[in-house]
Amino acid sequence: MSSIKVRAKADGDVVTVKALMKHPMETGQRKDKSGNPIPAHYIQEVVCEHNGNVVMTALWGPSVSKNPYLSFKFTGGAKGDALKISWADNEGKSDSEEATIG
Amino acid sequence: MSATIALALAVPLGVVATPQEDLDTFRAYFEQRFPNTSMDDYVNGIYSIDPTSREEWVAIEEFAPYELNIDNGKALFETPFTNGKSLADCFPNEGIGVRQNYPHYDLERKEVVTLELAINECREANGEKPYKYSKGPIADVSAYMAYTSRGEKIEVEIPNDDALAWYERGRRHFYAKRGQLNLSCADCHVYNAGMYVRADKLSPALGHSSHFPVFRSKWGELGTLHRRYKGCNEQVRAKPFKPQGEEYRALEYFHTYMSNGLEINGPGARK
Repeated sequence: MSSIKVRAKADGDVVTVKALMKHPMETGQRKDKSGNPIPAHYIQEVVCEHNGNVVMTALWGPSVSKNPYLSFKFTGGAKGDALKISWADNEGKSDSEEATIG
Repeated sequence: MSATIALALAVPLGVVATPQEDLDTFRAYFEQRFPNTSMDDYVNGIYSIDPTSREEWVAIEEFAPYELNIDNGKALFETPFTNGKSLADCFPNEGIGVRQNYPHYDLERKEVVTLELAINECREANGEKPYKYSKGPIADVSAYMAYTSRGEKIEVEIPNDDALAWYERGRRHFYAKRGQLNLSCADCHVYNAGMYVRADKLSPALGHSSHFPVFRSKWGELGTLHRRYKGCNEQVRAKPFKPQGEEYRALEYFHTYMSNGLEINGPGARK
């Protein structure tokens, strides 16, 4: 199962994309019960592609909260177009999800 | 306010009103207090009486923060125990669409049973460790079960005198002043509903429990009703009771009865 839930809606030329990503977003500053630091684990890059073209790149850091919610708009999309959103984190893991603009 | 005064005058000292009379008075008070709010909207809490925050809430609900919890709850609900059975085996209709039947007074056990209690009792009966009651897996499973009951009406029954005693215990807790700040649940959520306490508007008690478990922005996560009871007690600087202990189960019984006829809309998102 994907860690990304995404919805996109077109209103005329403007497409609003909303995504909820399941990710611990550990800052690296927290310590566990024994006092050992919990290693940093956070999304570093989020990319959104529309019909194969990159329409948004986000560069994130540890200040973004757990299970981040992202919302943005772009122009030039239409209902029925393909959208792909993907993330990559500092541990080298990544995930992506595809959606159709509604 | 006048509805409660009217009750005090109408009922002679020492005679306690019936639960149905309590409910009618309760409802009449809120109808008079918030004349522009329709009865079935009360399940949306503060958002049923405050248009500004309602706009923000509607925007949040478009992509609700508890969606991940429902998914996780569903996965936990469907995972079989070590012995091969699952939660579905402990509930009628395999646990789907049954949330509105809790809390209820169990005639055999002679006590009030809540959903979270039933979930853990099922786990223990099948050799699994019980969940902690305030947050985490218990909230996720409860959220999934609540989600399958969305739209179902709350219809708490009080079948006998012992059940009535539980109801009365809950009612007393609701109206009793407690803590260093000497406030009762009613002080905030009945008499001062819609008023500000510091920077927050107080929600009306009518429709209160329908949307639990709740994703509370303040917590940044999902929590159960008893977690909130504990928090409210602590906020008036009173010693809280145990989650799923008798006191909070009695309170939940009374509290939910006061929302009879309203629809389940859990899990919810609140500030």
